[in-house]
Parts: sequence; structure tokens; C-alpha cells
Amino acid sequence: MLTNKRILWLVWLLLAVLLSGYLSKQLLVDEQKPDFLIGETTHGHYQIEMQCSVCHLEPFGGAQVLQDACVSCHKEELDIAQDSHPRSKFTDPRNADTLAKLDARLCITCHTEHNKELTHAMGVTVPNDYCFHCHEDIAQERPSHEGMAFETCSSAGCHNYHDNRAIYEDFLVDNALGRWVDMDARLPDSDIVAYMASIGLEVPEAGEGSTSVEHLSVDTQTIEHDWSGSAHSTSNITCSNCHGDAQNWVDKPALETCEDCHADEAKTFLGGKHGMRLAQQLSPMTPRQSVEAHGNLAFKTDSLDSPLGCSTCHDPHSVDVTKAAVSACLTCHDDTHSSSFRSSPHGMLWEEVERGMRDQLNAVSCATCHMPRIEVSTFGVSRILVQHNQNDTLRPNEKMLRPVCMTCHNLPFSIDALADPKLIENNFSGQPSLHIDSVDMSLERAK
Amino acid sequence: MKYSKSMMMATLVTAGAALSACSEAPDMEAAAPTGIEPKVFTDSLFAVMNSDRANYTQLIVQRLGPNVADAIKPDEHWEDMDIGAPLPAQMFRYGSEKVAEQTSDFTYSLQSLWPINKQNAPKTAVETAGLEYIRDNPGQNFYGEEELGGVTYYTAVYPDVAVSPACTSCHNDHVDTPRTDFEIGDVMGGVVIRVPLGM
Repeated sequence: MLTNKRILWLVWLLLAVLLSGYLSKQLLVDEQKPDFLIGETTHGHYQIEMQCSVCHLEPFGGAQVLQDACVSCHKEELDIAQDSHPRSKFTDPRNADTLAKLDARLCITCHTEHNKELTHAMGVTVPNDYCFHCHEDIAQERPSHEGMAFETCSSAGCHNYHDNRAIYEDFLVDNALGRWVDMDARLPDSDIVAYMASIGLEVPEAGEGSTSVEHLSVDTQTIEHDWSGSAHSTSNITCSNCHGDAQNWVDKPALETCEDCHADEAKTFLGGKHGMRLAQQLSPMTPRQSVEAHGNLAFKTDSLDSPLGCSTCHDPHSVDVTKAAVSACLTCHDDTHSSSFRSSPHGMLWEEVERGMRDQLNAVSCATCHMPRIEVSTFGVSRILVQHNQNDTLRPNEKMLRPVCMTCHNLPFSIDALADPKLIENNFSGQPSLHIDSVDMSLERAK
Repeated sequence: MKYSKSMMMATLVTAGAALSACSEAPDMEAAAPTGIEPKVFTDSLFAVMNSDRANYTQLIVQRLGPNVADAIKPDEHWEDMDIGAPLPAQMFRYGSEKVAEQTSDFTYSLQSLWPINKQNAPKTAVETAGLEYIRDNPGQNFYGEEELGGVTYYTAVYPDVAVSPACTSCHNDHVDTPRTDFEIGDVMGGVVIRVPLGM
């Protein structure tokens, strides 16, 4: 007969086997391993934190494996940013002493993950005076910097570690003048037809596709009305081009369908926080995930479960980019900056667009700043692309200076405006209350 | 002294083959280890670097910009220009960085006692000694050894001489230059080549 002690041993053994099996399956078989998450991830990675293999490419291999993962996602943007501190600057053995203090060859030296309590702005996890290690004697070269604290190098609107395209000295001097605002400025127009031609795609001839929807049991009158006035209609993109023919009909075409013609838009969308989960074959991002993970960005409660894909912002039938540029954003976003847009100077210009009184290329929307129109070159053919990675210019916000602010404003005003947290919060309703000295200092040195 | 993994492997293979041969034919004399002396290796590398650098400066940069063509402008911020070209020192650094992506068997950099970018001032005692030596002994090179990060390096320093007005005018006129009297033929800095020893 089993004694109580033996029963306890058997129960313990059974539980141990079950637990081992559960954890082993998760560790060795399952793609997602929630019980092995060793700590909260940063705002940049929390959406994909369950997809361990995105960063941990191999189970062993240490820092270099993680470095390879960082580079696989972030190299292109760092190259475009003309990274001021690329790894190649530090691989020479002459830097051995400095690397012993701060190994700048590895991203994880400054950006460790699963350490939320150590993480501050830009996902940096080392103290903000990191510039000191190499630039301790900067005041000898730049007497104007005498007495400046090292934690202010990258936090006072003067320098960034990676992207200094808009704040290097000669650029400051070259762009020191100009009106604070140019009301006649115009945004560049995108030309999807020219882009398609550059990659060998042609807009279909009229009548090439099919608009036959008799096989559908739903009322298509509204859809047909929306489509008939759309850019897709004028470009001869018909029902069958996206949904397939009657035999292969797809009710809700996936991102891959849009990608056929809008490859760069899709690529940039997948690179940002709206699309990064889809890029890792995870379910679409929803505002609720942001709220539950960090809770530092407000969303409208009735949109918390809206899955983010192309058609979330772009009605696929009306293809109304005016709606996508503001209304779509404000359907979900409800933070102070977003909710202040309509009453801001930028928002009032956009209201004129919505009333048909102003050309949208001569106005400012949410997308103007967060999804700027940038020039890209494909096989030597330049075109204007709407950058669908809304994080690309977000942090540090000086990345917004050249592709966004300077379209209408001069550089000194723009630097001051982006350095003013209150002005950002009220969506630039007013003048900057701060002044950054970098342009003045550069002009003084250039005399 | 042998300098690279590949050369060391070649030496080991050769030595192994020699030992093997010795065991079969004890009368044969052991084969001498083969390889390139670090000095020959670094001198050869410098010959290539120096030629390419001089050619880019004289055949390309000197003929661009306001000098002759007035079309493609060599400029420190060439990436920000519609039609710009990298300066010779930048071109040299880009080459060095590309090499570093491919091998750690040697590294090289351009340094100076009068650097425009202060990060290119000498950092180690051997760099300082080498740059001072080539400054004081025109036409001569400097060779030494140093330990950096726990690894011993053969370090060679070669004079980087102003070969065209593009060199002197740019350095003399730059807002950050600590020296404004360079003339053609002057040693403006040094090419530092390092080879890890015993790897």
C-alpha cells in the first residue's frame, strides 16, 4: 500500500515530468517561447518579443549573433543616415583602449534588451555621458564647448550618435538663413506610374481586367461607386487585378497583393511599428498591444482592436489618400499631440484641403511629417516615395529636419521647434520657447 | 615572424610535411619554414596603397572641381551634393573600412601630427614615435611592435607626402587644420599598417 510519502513523491515526479515536457516543447519545438522571456523589451521590439529567433538567430554564438540580427534589420537605415559612428570606425586595433570602456563595435553595448529599468530615450541603456569616452578633450578643439556637460551632447538638439545629416556644422552654416516659413512651399508629388515603369510594370490597358462581380452575393453598388472615382479606376486597376477572377476570388486581398504594384510602400510599412509584426509573420499590430505593453501612447477605445494593414488606412476602393493622411490616423491615435492637430496651424491648412480650397501639396497633414515624401532611386530612376515607416524620422526627431520641416521652414526655426517638448505636444501651435545655439556657434566659428 | 593565419597554416603544413619526410628519409635536411617577413608584407601593401592614393589625387581630384573641369566637385560632404566626389583621405578611409569588413589579418589608417579630424591624431606610443620619425627623417619608414588589447602587432608607419596642390590647399585652408604652411613634398602625415603577430 502506498504511503502518503510515496504518493507525494509520485505527484512530484509526475509534475516534474509534465513541467519538463511543457518547457522542453516550448524551448525546442514552439516558435514562440513566452515562458523564456527574461524581461520586458523596449518600445522598439516589444511587438516581436515572442519571436525570439528574430534577434537570437542562433542559440549559441553570443554577441556576434545578436549583432548580425541588429544589422539584418537596421543596416539599411544606418547606411542611408550616413551613420556617424559605424562599426568600421572602431575595428582598428588602435581603438583597443577605448573599446575596453565602450565597445562601439557592437549595438548591444549601448542598446541591450530585456532591461526596461535601464532603458531611456532612443532605447539607450548606458549612461547619457557616453560621448565622454572618446571626446573628453572636445573643449580643446572647440573652446565654445568648455563647461558643457557630456550628458547634453546628444540631448540638447546639437548632436546625434548615428544620424547627423541635418545638424553637422557646414550644413548649419549653409542653411542658417531664410524665412522662418514659406507659405508657398510645395511638397513633391509622387508618381506611381513612373515608378512602375522603372521596374518594368505597366499600367493595364482599359478593358484588360474584369469588373465582373455577379458571382458575389453582397451589394456592390457602393463599392463600384467608390472605385469608379478612384486612382485605381483611372489606372485601369479593376476588381480582378486585386481580388482575382470569379474562380479564384479573394474577399480581402492581403498585403502581398498591394505589394505587387506598391513594393517600396509595402517594404517601408513593414519596417515600421505599424507593419513590423506582419514582417515577422505575426498577427497584425493592434493599438491594444501598444496600450497593454507600454501604455504611454493614448488610443481611442473603439479602435483598440483594429488590425493594422494597408486597408486600415487606405480604403482599397476609394483609395482616398486625403483621408489616409489625417482622418485615418485620428481614428486610432488619441494622444495630446494628435488630438491637437485639427486646431493647430498645420491642421487649419489641412481643413482647407478637406474643403477643396487648397491643394494638398501645399498643406500639412499627419502623413506630411510622419510619412514624408522622399526621393528614392530604383535602377537609376528617381521617384518620390511616401515613406510608410512612420518611425523612420520619429526618433531622434532631428531626422525630421531635412525631409520634413525644411520643406517649409528654415533650419534654425525647425531645430528650435523640434527641441521644444511643449510645442510638440500642442502640435506646433505657437512659436518655440527654446533656442538651440548650434547654428549661432557654427556661424561664429565660420567667421 | 610570421603574420597571418593563412601563412601560419602554410608554414605548419610545410613543417608537417617536412617532419613527415624526415621520418621517412632521415638523411634529408629539414625544409626551412616559408613565409613573408612582416616588413616585406607591409612594404608591399603600402606600395599599392600609396600608388592608388597618389593616382586618385593627381589623376582625378586635381582635375575636378574648380581646378580644371569645374563639374564634379571633390568635397568633404560629397554625399550631400548632387555631383560630388570623396576627398583623397576619405577615399583612403573607405578602402580601409572595406578591407576591415573582409579580413583582420591587417589594418591600416591615415594619421597625422596635424590632423584635421582630431580622431586621426596618434593614439598609441608607437604611432607617435612613428609619425615623429617620418617627420624628422624624410623618405624613411618606421617599424615597431606594440601590444594592443592583448595582441602583439607589427606596426609600420610610412610617410604620406603632399603630391599635388589639391593636398596642400585643402589642408592649409581647412577651418580645423592645426597647420597652414604645407608645401608640395612635405610629409603631411603617415599611413599606419598593423599586422597581428603570432596569430
